[in-house]
Amino acid sequence: MSDLNAQAVAKYRTNFLKEVEERVEEGEWVKMCMQCGVCSGSCPLGPFWAHPPQEIFMMIRAGRRDEVLTSDSMWMCTSCYNCIVRCPRKLPITHIMHGLANYAHRLGLAPKNQPTRVFATMFWNNLIKTGRVNELKLSLGLYFKDGFKQGIQNALNMQKTGLGLMKAKRLNPFELFSGHGCKDRKGIAAMLKKAREIEASRKHFAN
Amino acid sequence: MAEEKKVAAYICQGCGIGERLDTANLAKVAQKEGRVNLVREHAILCNAEGVKMIRDDIANEGVTHVAVVACSRRAKTEAFNFPEVALARGNIREGVIWVRPDTDEARETTQEMADDYVRMVCAELKAMKLPAGNPDAGHSRTLLVVGGGVSGMTSALAASQAGYSVVLVEKTGQLGGWAANLHKRMPSHEPFKDPQDTGVSEMVQAIAAAPDIKVYLNATVAQTSGAPGRFKVSIATESGATTEEDIGAIVQATGFNLYDASKLSDLGVGSSANVVDQAGLEKLAKAAAAANEPIRRPSDGAPVKNVVFVQCAGQRDASGTHLPYCSGHCCNTSIKQAMYFKDANPEIDTTVIFTDLRTPGNGEDFYRSAQRKEVTFTKGRVSRVEATGNTCKVNFHDLILDDQNASIADVDLVVLATGQVPNSGVNIDLPAEEGAEEEGKKVVSILNLSYRQGKDLPQLKWGFTDSHFICFPYETRRTGIYACGPVRRPMDIVQAMEDATGATMKAIQAIENAALGRAAHPRAGDLSFPRVRIEGCTQCKRCTVECPFGAIDEDEKRYPVFNEGRCRRCGTCMGACPVRVISFENYSVDTVGLQIKAVDVPDEFSEKPRILLLACENDAYPALDMAALNRIQSSAFVRAIPVRCLGSVNTIWVTDALNSGYDGVMLMGCKHGDDYQCHFVKGSELANYRMSKIDDTLKQLGLEPERVATYEVAITDIERVPQLINDYAAKIEEIGLSPMKGF
Repeated sequence: MSDLNAQAVAKYRTNFLKEVEERVEEGEWVKMCMQCGVCSGSCPLGPFWAHPPQEIFMMIRAGRRDEVLTSDSMWMCTSCYNCIVRCPRKLPITHIMHGLANYAHRLGLAPKNQPTRVFATMFWNNLIKTGRVNELKLSLGLYFKDGFKQGIQNALNMQKTGLGLMKAKRLNPFELFSGHGCKDRKGIAAMLKKAREIEASRKHFAN
Repeated sequence: MAEEKKVAAYICQGCGIGERLDTANLAKVAQKEGRVNLVREHAILCNAEGVKMIRDDIANEGVTHVAVVACSRRAKTEAFNFPEVALARGNIREGVIWVRPDTDEARETTQEMADDYVRMVCAELKAMKLPAGNPDAGHSRTLLVVGGGVSGMTSALAASQAGYSVVLVEKTGQLGGWAANLHKRMPSHEPFKDPQDTGVSEMVQAIAAAPDIKVYLNATVAQTSGAPGRFKVSIATESGATTEEDIGAIVQATGFNLYDASKLSDLGVGSSANVVDQAGLEKLAKAAAAANEPIRRPSDGAPVKNVVFVQCAGQRDASGTHLPYCSGHCCNTSIKQAMYFKDANPEIDTTVIFTDLRTPGNGEDFYRSAQRKEVTFTKGRVSRVEATGNTCKVNFHDLILDDQNASIADVDLVVLATGQVPNSGVNIDLPAEEGAEEEGKKVVSILNLSYRQGKDLPQLKWGFTDSHFICFPYETRRTGIYACGPVRRPMDIVQAMEDATGATMKAIQAIENAALGRAAHPRAGDLSFPRVRIEGCTQCKRCTVECPFGAIDEDEKRYPVFNEGRCRRCGTCMGACPVRVISFENYSVDTVGLQIKAVDVPDEFSEKPRILLLACENDAYPALDMAALNRIQSSAFVRAIPVRCLGSVNTIWVTDALNSGYDGVMLMGCKHGDDYQCHFVKGSELANYRMSKIDDTLKQLGLEPERVATYEVAITDIERVPQLINDYAAKIEEIGLSPMKGF
């Protein structure tokens, strides 16, 4: 159990709804759900989720903390915004799903090899290094996420596309070694640090 | 009337009548066969000039009976309004030219149709008298309100504001009813966010301040006799004395009782003191507010930290054990009660377990406000409430997560949303012994009517006192007595206040109509009333039993006593009477019977059948008119006669018609049964029953059973009605013409 998780459990005990309200992006909306099910019915991926949004909201209210935070359901959201458009209570459902996924990731409870989580983590780590996404490193990282052998296989499969991109000058192999970033890397790091501080105080991560 | 009867017929040529029909021939028929004293044709009878012509004849020629042969009796009623003469309408527009094709081959049968309608209107008119109004009219302008709750007080105040004096009878020692026991009520105005003060004390003050409201507390109605405008009501007070009041109309606002929670042992009633119904929580909340303390659980007085509201407790029960219906107010009430806790202390856990949350009116805003206050709403069905020491465990089936074993433990207080049971007195439709003793509890009559048909208002469904939720709200089956509030259907305070105002307006209309000797709804303003030729009566009691409105009592010699003020003028008694001694001045066995006989029935070789159509004037006849308006064609062999209600159809009309050579008789009335649409409640049902017995008569005459057919018709059956006529005409052709012709 991560420290943050232990601290959250200690703080909120059984009141998971309150935890969500205070710590999850747009979490204060969860209580306004009226259980009509329009979000679940509107979701193009609805049939593939273990728990569509309506159920997630119900589980939050019922205090099923572990079940919600370890679920991969909210990671399935593709941000199509159908649910937001249709929700009669105007809940920002897409944002809540991303907020929940992010919070579960923070606490270290999100499912380990959930592909969206892996990719999102890679993307973020790649981005904050230089302040700019290095596409070559990102895609190679993705090729090799399931081991070296599979990585080679993936690279060979994509060979033609890669060469085509190089020919069209959309891909520079030298980016692999250094790559170029933003002008003020330190500034970006400072900015991110400040943002984390604000978030921590706003979401009560500190206490 | 002492003066001589002078009959005049006016034949209109407008709306295409003149082009389609030979009106000169119609005039000849009226003169020769109808034997009227005066016949005039006019190009457009309903215009100022045409109407003036009729008025001049009434003034100068002494015309006493007017036959207007033009459009349907439902059209141009303002133009053809001559209250000083007996008026009958011959329908040759909607009844004839609009339902017939304008072709050469149809011309002959169309003309025959119109000729018949002229014969019919002349025959009808001869049997008619100008109705004189009920001579036994009462003139009391006092309203009796039974029940001093919110509905009753609203009614009393509304009547008082409209200038009518009120007698208010309340069985307990104080006004206010259920609402007086509430801590707060649901919000009734913007922004619908927080519970508000009940307002009961202001109403009680207003009643005390109104000079024309006389309040009887600790009092009941010992007896009610009479009729609208002249009710005599004895009021029994606590001292045992009775006071008599003259009353014009009555509003029954006797409200409800909560469903007996002791029947809900599965939900912990009896096993834990911490399981209460909504009224129980109001009591706790009121006591807590008075002491300025938090709400405490009954078992040990500890402050409540966790409360669960169970919706639909003993309600909406399909199994038949508990109430089958929804009481409508309880979702909002539980939301309000959850706010009692949240407003005092947001840390208290409040959970509402519902299957379908229904928050009518502006309750949606109230619901949202509760969600903002962090009341938890859980969709589930509670299976059991277990008592464990000073707390309870609420087990439920979570319907969203489909979890059969969901539960909430450590609950300090469980509030059951039980339903409203109407306080409507004795169910007069039950046999006497059962009605008096229902499940061990003595049911006490509320109005103690001295009516032959029973002491209280007839009930519609599940014990609620009403005659039709949708078509005629507030109308009961006792004229001049109106029900409002939760005794009529389950409802909350806002609805009850609206209801009470509506019922009061109806009661005032009844008072005014009664004073003028006129009928109340649905024949409001009708001056005719049933007259009985008592020397011909055989004391068979059919009229007294079958009257849907309990208007007819019996005297010591068991002769019927008509209370005209209670009568709705449907004529069900007239239809029931086997010796035909009951009639109205302008509607009788003769007015219809002579029309039937006036029709020219061609001989059996002519291949022109005649079908009699007796159509209810409330739904079937308007449907026929609308079909005509849409120019939907139907058979030329049908002769339609509007009747006040199918219940007024006397079987003699049917046998007379068949005897005089008609080939078939169609009866069109309203839907009957549990979800009836009959404007006189029982009329169409009785007609249907009577016609089911006519087979014997048909057999005696040697006729096929198909020669009499009964149909249920709604006012919207505009395309179906002509279809029914045409199908029936085809069937008559198939079974052949009646052998009874020419006798």
